[in-house]
Amino acid sequence: MADSATNILVVGIGGQGVMTAAEMLARTALNQGYDVKKTEVAGMAQRGGVVSSHVRFGAKVYSPQIDPGEADLLIGFEAAEALRWLPHLRPTGIIMVNTLRLAPPVVSAGLYDYPADPIAELAASGIEIHAFDAGAIADELGNAKLVNTIMLGAISDYLPFSAEVLKECIVEGFRAYKPKLAEINIQAFDAGRAAGHAS
Amino acid sequence: MNAVVHAKAESRHLLSGNEAVARAAWEAGVRVAAAYPGTPATEILEYIALYPDIYSEWSVNEKVAVEVAIGASLAGSRALAAMKHVGMNVASDAFMTQSLAGVVGGLVIVVADDVGLSSSQNEQDSRYWGRFGHLPILEPADSQEAYDLVKQAFSLSEAYETPVIVRMTTRVCHVKAMVTFTGERIDRPTAGFQKNPQRWVMTPANAKPRLPLMHERDRTLRAASEISDLNEIFMGSDRRIGFVTSGPAFMHVREAFPNAPTFKLGFSHPAPLERIRAFAGEVDTLVIVEETEPLLELELRATGLALHGKDVLPRFGELVPSVLRPAIKPLLGEPYSVPDRHPADVFPRPPTMCASCPHLGPYFALSHIRNLNIIGDIGCYTLGAGHPWNALDTCISMGASLSMAHGMDKGRGESDEKKHMVAVIGDSTFLHMGMQGLLNMIYNQGNVTVLLLDNRSVGMTGGQENPGTGENLHGLPAPRVDFAKLAEALGVRPERIRMVDPYELPTMVKLVREETKMEEPSVIITNRPCSLTDRFEWFKSYEVLEDQCTGCGNCIDLGCPAIAVSRRETVTAKSGKVKELVFARIDANACTGCHMCVETCAPEAIIQPRSMTRTIRIHPHG
Repeated sequence: MADSATNILVVGIGGQGVMTAAEMLARTALNQGYDVKKTEVAGMAQRGGVVSSHVRFGAKVYSPQIDPGEADLLIGFEAAEALRWLPHLRPTGIIMVNTLRLAPPVVSAGLYDYPADPIAELAASGIEIHAFDAGAIADELGNAKLVNTIMLGAISDYLPFSAEVLKECIVEGFRAYKPKLAEINIQAFDAGRAAGHAS
Repeated sequence: MNAVVHAKAESRHLLSGNEAVARAAWEAGVRVAAAYPGTPATEILEYIALYPDIYSEWSVNEKVAVEVAIGASLAGSRALAAMKHVGMNVASDAFMTQSLAGVVGGLVIVVADDVGLSSSQNEQDSRYWGRFGHLPILEPADSQEAYDLVKQAFSLSEAYETPVIVRMTTRVCHVKAMVTFTGERIDRPTAGFQKNPQRWVMTPANAKPRLPLMHERDRTLRAASEISDLNEIFMGSDRRIGFVTSGPAFMHVREAFPNAPTFKLGFSHPAPLERIRAFAGEVDTLVIVEETEPLLELELRATGLALHGKDVLPRFGELVPSVLRPAIKPLLGEPYSVPDRHPADVFPRPPTMCASCPHLGPYFALSHIRNLNIIGDIGCYTLGAGHPWNALDTCISMGASLSMAHGMDKGRGESDEKKHMVAVIGDSTFLHMGMQGLLNMIYNQGNVTVLLLDNRSVGMTGGQENPGTGENLHGLPAPRVDFAKLAEALGVRPERIRMVDPYELPTMVKLVREETKMEEPSVIITNRPCSLTDRFEWFKSYEVLEDQCTGCGNCIDLGCPAIAVSRRETVTAKSGKVKELVFARIDANACTGCHMCVETCAPEAIIQPRSMTRTIRIHPHG
């Protein structure tokens, strides 16, 4: 990965914290001296739509978009969303996915089906996959909003920089704006990190 | 407070294009900035509002924003107006003539095109306005360039006494990239307005002598473009194909063909035709890569240059590497097959209205009343066209609902004989351009029932302020328009102006029924705030008592995303009729306790639990 950019695709649903997670990855890469670009399409995502955030960093990055087949890492905040973006991943890539299943109203209404087992479908691609229930870890820690930090912890040992610098970037933000949440986010990050290995 | 606001020169930041524009405006000494919210340009003014030494406002529409900026420019101040591409259509009346009169303080219009239509009704190319209005166009390719070019735009504007258009796209506005600041704010002395009727009063007699001056300016601007370092050539080792491009398309070209000579036009109109001609001589084949229309391509073809452009490239959409490679490789004699990647077969996730959205009530009513033609407008309520309401029949442009409904009333055909015309419009859109339609309808004695959905925010763009919210761009108190009085002043009879709580479903349905039957215009005004804004109050969530739920599915018809189907059952009644029962459950994390669904439930199976223990609630859109 020395010469070419590292491409990370973070996907989920509006309101899950996808864009914040991508922001953390981009900031950490910037702190590490990389050229960074981050883009997302989230025009109407606030209304329950699909959110995808592309983070690219390397010696020099031109296009902000990750082409199909070019992502090194796919971070899925929801199982079916990870499946939706699977074609963007390289065969040598890594999938880190939250097993959460969120069916939209069109599924609830019976117009479409939710995939029976999206995790199995992801695994069938033959690409390295780590799947775990980030929501359960967040509930154990007592705050559903921690899913974001848990997912970042889970991916932290699969990045070209150390897990510690990513953790520091996240915690630094909490120390500055929400100091009361700094400690619980450290716990969430560590729990996510362990889950990313165990799964 | 945003850290960038106080950042020093030479510091490095990860900024979106919109943030970069704001910082550049501040450094350039801008004194007045105005905009109407519109994706992807909305954040430009939100970021500018963080700089205390710039006067900034939400104007009621884009034309007003540009006129405010023009006024400030005439007073000698540097001024900026920002808008999305369709806003330029509204604003064009002002700047098309100001182009003739010119400017005093630097005047920059930042327009954001939505290439790829992530959040817009069309994909028009704002670079046309440069040709149409004789205005120079600068095109940044990323955040650093947005920062650099906006600063340059003010110098250019003053040097040539012309408004300057900075053309952004979604892929500049919303991409975060590194920006190194090169300066800090420079305050500029402002002379004040110098009266000069020959210059500023554009009567035919005064405008006519400005025409040759404008054409002369075109000529000098083209000469400036020829030598501008904003137009930059990157010579590569592989000269079989050379590209001429601008904006984010430049980044995609470099990504896909890093060794190809590439001419990037930062100052893209008037284009440096002579330099492009010379560049063409250095490469075997010339390809013009433009998002979206072939404007430069046609100009270059007219000069007799042999080139490729839209003959091989798509006419619309983003020209990303995965689009460029298959189009260009065949020109190199290198067959290129698109990698065989099957898109995953996953259900769509269309945007929906939010839990407790105050638009749910009106759409529940509209979807339950027959014989309506429902003429829509631009806003969250456009989603009413979708499932499960299917209660919106048109959506074109901001403010169009009232005038189109009036026209449909006057032009009704046979099948419309028994139809009632309904216009659906939001508070901000009504104030933007809708109220003229109401005045017109009253004046011309039409008959339309107007549903004015006042959610006290510009919802779709993120809950911005407007004259109906009682707050300004800075969140400070501002006079709040009284919609009922306004409707009355425009000529609606007071009896036909009905205020309603959109959560009171039976009243909502009754009112729409009543008013659509009237032989005169009426205005129904709803009064609940957008549930994503601070003006909205959360209550305890509800739940469905499973043993009480009869499976009637009425609550599902509301379209609230907090209500989901728990199970379906097919039953055969005694009569032999087969019926599908739909049982509901409520997602406690998403439910805000608005109680709208309670009114759809005959068996009273939806209740508010007395005590609840659960983890901290995620705000569904936090």
